[in-house]
Amino acid sequence: MTSESIFSLLGTLTPQDISFVQTFENPVMSEFIDGAAGSVLVVGMIIVVGLLTYYRGWKTLWFDWLTSVDHKKVGIMYIVVAFVMLARAIIEGVLMRYQQSIAVNDPGILTADHFGQLFSTHGSIMIFFMAMPFITGMINYIMPQQIGARDVSFPLLNAISLWLTAAGAALVMISLVVGKFSTGGWTAYPPYTGIEFSPGEGVDYWIWSISLTSIGSTLTGVNFATTIYKNRAPGMTLFRMPLFCWTSLCTSVLMIFAMAPLTIATLMLALDRYAGFHFFTNDLGGNMMNYANLFWLFGHPEVYILILPAFGVFSEVISTFSGKTIYGYKSLVIATMSIAVLSFTVWLHHFFTMGQGANVNAIFGIATMLIGVPTGVKVYDWLLTMVRGRIRLTTAMLFSIMFLVTFVIGGLTGVILANPPVDFAVHNSLFLVAHFHNMVIPGVLFGMIAGYQFWFPKAFGFRLAERWGKASFWCWSFGFYLAFMPLYALGLMGAMRRTVEWFRPEYLGWLQVSFVGALLLFSGFLFLCVQLVVSIRQRDRRRVPAGDPWDGRSLEWSNSAPPPEYNFAVIPHVSGKDAFTQMKQEGQAYASPSAYEDIAVPKNSIVAPVIGIAAIAFGFALVWHIWWLVALSFLAMWGAVIARSFVTDTERVIPASKVRADHEAWLQQVRECTTTSREQEDTNSNVGRAEVLA
Amino acid sequence: MKREPLLHPGLNLGSTDEYAHNEAEPVIFGFWVFLMADLVLFAILFATYASMSVQGQADGPTPTDVFDLPSAFIETMLLLASSITFGMASLALKYKADGLHLVFWLGLTFCLGAGFVGMEVRDFWVMTQEGAVPQRSGFLSAFFLLVATHGIHVTAGLFWMIVLLVQLRVLGRTTAVKLRLMRLALFWHMLDIVWVCIFTFVYLFGVAQ
Amino acid sequence: MKGDAMTHKHVETYARDFRSYCIGGVLALALTALAFWLVMFEILPDFERLIAISILAVAQIIVHFRFFLHISWYSHRDDLQLVLFTSLILFLMVGGTIWILFNLHERMM
Repeated sequence: MTSESIFSLLGTLTPQDISFVQTFENPVMSEFIDGAAGSVLVVGMIIVVGLLTYYRGWKTLWFDWLTSVDHKKVGIMYIVVAFVMLARAIIEGVLMRYQQSIAVNDPGILTADHFGQLFSTHGSIMIFFMAMPFITGMINYIMPQQIGARDVSFPLLNAISLWLTAAGAALVMISLVVGKFSTGGWTAYPPYTGIEFSPGEGVDYWIWSISLTSIGSTLTGVNFATTIYKNRAPGMTLFRMPLFCWTSLCTSVLMIFAMAPLTIATLMLALDRYAGFHFFTNDLGGNMMNYANLFWLFGHPEVYILILPAFGVFSEVISTFSGKTIYGYKSLVIATMSIAVLSFTVWLHHFFTMGQGANVNAIFGIATMLIGVPTGVKVYDWLLTMVRGRIRLTTAMLFSIMFLVTFVIGGLTGVILANPPVDFAVHNSLFLVAHFHNMVIPGVLFGMIAGYQFWFPKAFGFRLAERWGKASFWCWSFGFYLAFMPLYALGLMGAMRRTVEWFRPEYLGWLQVSFVGALLLFSGFLFLCVQLVVSIRQRDRRRVPAGDPWDGRSLEWSNSAPPPEYNFAVIPHVSGKDAFTQMKQEGQAYASPSAYEDIAVPKNSIVAPVIGIAAIAFGFALVWHIWWLVALSFLAMWGAVIARSFVTDTERVIPASKVRADHEAWLQQVRECTTTSREQEDTNSNVGRAEVLA
Repeated sequence: MKREPLLHPGLNLGSTDEYAHNEAEPVIFGFWVFLMADLVLFAILFATYASMSVQGQADGPTPTDVFDLPSAFIETMLLLASSITFGMASLALKYKADGLHLVFWLGLTFCLGAGFVGMEVRDFWVMTQEGAVPQRSGFLSAFFLLVATHGIHVTAGLFWMIVLLVQLRVLGRTTAVKLRLMRLALFWHMLDIVWVCIFTFVYLFGVAQ
Repeated sequence: MKGDAMTHKHVETYARDFRSYCIGGVLALALTALAFWLVMFEILPDFERLIAISILAVAQIIVHFRFFLHISWYSHRDDLQLVLFTSLILFLMVGGTIWILFNLHERMM
């Protein structure tokens, strides 16, 4: 550890650490790209600040959004973070594919160091700052409504979790301009990431951004599990919950138990780096293999954290757009629970080649193959839901169908990899890279995009433009196949992952096809952006105030679009699965309640943003060894928590008269709406009232 | 007499405060879930210690060299006593209307807990003076991280206790304050459980081998 | 708030709750003292001694759960489920880690 004074104002930070200064001092292509990326970030932030000022949005931003503890707003903010980080990480992916497509017996445009940062940020962002926020936001928005609750069990904690994740994302963004990021990959294995081989600030950026978000995720898991266990509406037994809630429950159980090993692994790495401990060093009793063990104890359940919510979305989307109740509800629940438990028994398959004996490898290999079985059960259940259904090929449904085909292919390559002898040949090759992208893109990403398309009208009150959605779908689908199928072949030909330059000319063609695929994937993302802009501009024509544009089956479709702050004017009594479909069939869907009550909602709070901003300062200060700021921000975070605990006035009451007035006005509006048949749902005549079929 | 149903872990307020008793269920459950996550954290530290204490000594100080068993015994007694006194505090919270019993038992718990932390800090100090620092070997790194993590948790509990004593004064025995005390009770008992594992699998195992 | 005089029902529950902490305290004390005694006075051969103190530790953990945390068969089903599930996870993580690391050590050192 260097001996800086604890009073040193800026720690180890120097002007040379600013990326624009580096570009100026070393004007090579790689540095220009780095500088350009930093510029995009800075210019982007200036534009956002400018727009907020021009449209006088600061007050709304602060009072309606940033200090909100409403699960719906928190959910939307999570998804906004996910979209922003997706933009960055996709560009990084395209850049890497480009480099690889030209760098055959040629150094290409990126230095090895820059390429190392790219694959590290790409992986870290996609997993921790794109996929996790996306699923957390989705569960946040939908789950409480599906169980008939007004909010999650701990709304302020929910907001704090959001801000911790946002703080981690901010640190990763800051690393684009100030200093460099880690080159150790998203897994950051020591000893390479120890202080001896990575002496700079890069790995520290990784450590602290990941630590912040992993604490946020643990707290989120606690929150969601408590909500599902304790906050359900009367009559909503566990086995009457929508499948999305079952997957949310299992996801939160995984979050609760799986984040801890990561917290410990990163803490131990930090102690090695900052204080000379010997957890993972080469000498003095360090055991670097324990890092891989601990990381993957987290890492394997993590990938199930990512996929289970997507499975939940697909269950909802497929049953809604087949017009049928989900097939095999109980088997889906049992499959979900089996996946959750089994996910804790397979982690060694990520390091088959690390030196264990064959027996150890075999046990974990068998467990890995077993875990494919419940997923297979789910696929059959989804297919059987579609059989004899009246299928509507909306954008969300298209993504679901493409998922069914493509994800199964990826799963099959997973079973191949589950064989230790096979894995010895393709471990860390492009075959592996193809496999996991084959799981996360059609699985997690398509699931989240499908969920976004499906629930957007509920959240914002107007439908998205289907045509752009479908264009996006085709780009994502073709893009995925073109980008990643060649990687299977390349992997079998011996190409390894994280490679900046190649020396085998037979790779070139495959790599070029892959790059075209990457461009298509990026186009898919761009079309999503276009879809959003177009839909916002046409929003008045696309409004669905009655709240049920798709003939939905669960309770979140029973309120207005957008829903009121308190979700339900009167908490519903549930007597079966597909609660809303049942209400519609019994003619009870838009009946006036007999009595209204006052509703207490939590007040907004500055605690969450204070903790978030202090967390950014905390992480930044730790990276640059600015010890005074470490102490100050730590005190600020805990000070906010303690100060808040003395506040007694934390709720606001909405009087029953207001609830009655708002709700009756909406019911009146719904009763005057024309119903929409399924064939008409993609036209502007759809105002959110579905035709009730027998 | 028919038992009242237990709504949540720890001492249930039951019919002594029906409102708080019902409010407690989701709040205490949530904290219980969080404690489970914390247990996993400690479990990982134990697993790491299990391997590093055997494989990571690096020809440096061994457990027999550095563990002070009498000191560990006194610390165990202090912490166990503090668990019992916290139990008395929980009973005072539930059954005694005046605040004096509660403050007395909490204060006693605090002293015992502070004694525990003080002795542990002293143990660490003695070890560093003998050259048994975490930077010396993997075994020592793992030992210090495991035991210090527990010690930091106890210290956090002590700070929490002070904040709650202040809140009892400033806010009174409101439902919110009661629920916080109940959660601190769970936290405190859980830390004693972790300590049982530490004195057994770290200190006693270390000296016995 | 009820005055210092408790109702009849509360006197009974108080006695039961108070007993819980006392019994727990005495048992925990005994189990602790026994474990320290076994080690400090080198009772039992090495391997059996380690097994014995492990069993004493598990017993004491159960005592803490039962008498201090009041986790018993009367507990809410959710709470019991959670403890049992956590135990499973702990077993997998700790057992798995120790198995893997000792296997690696054996093969590599």
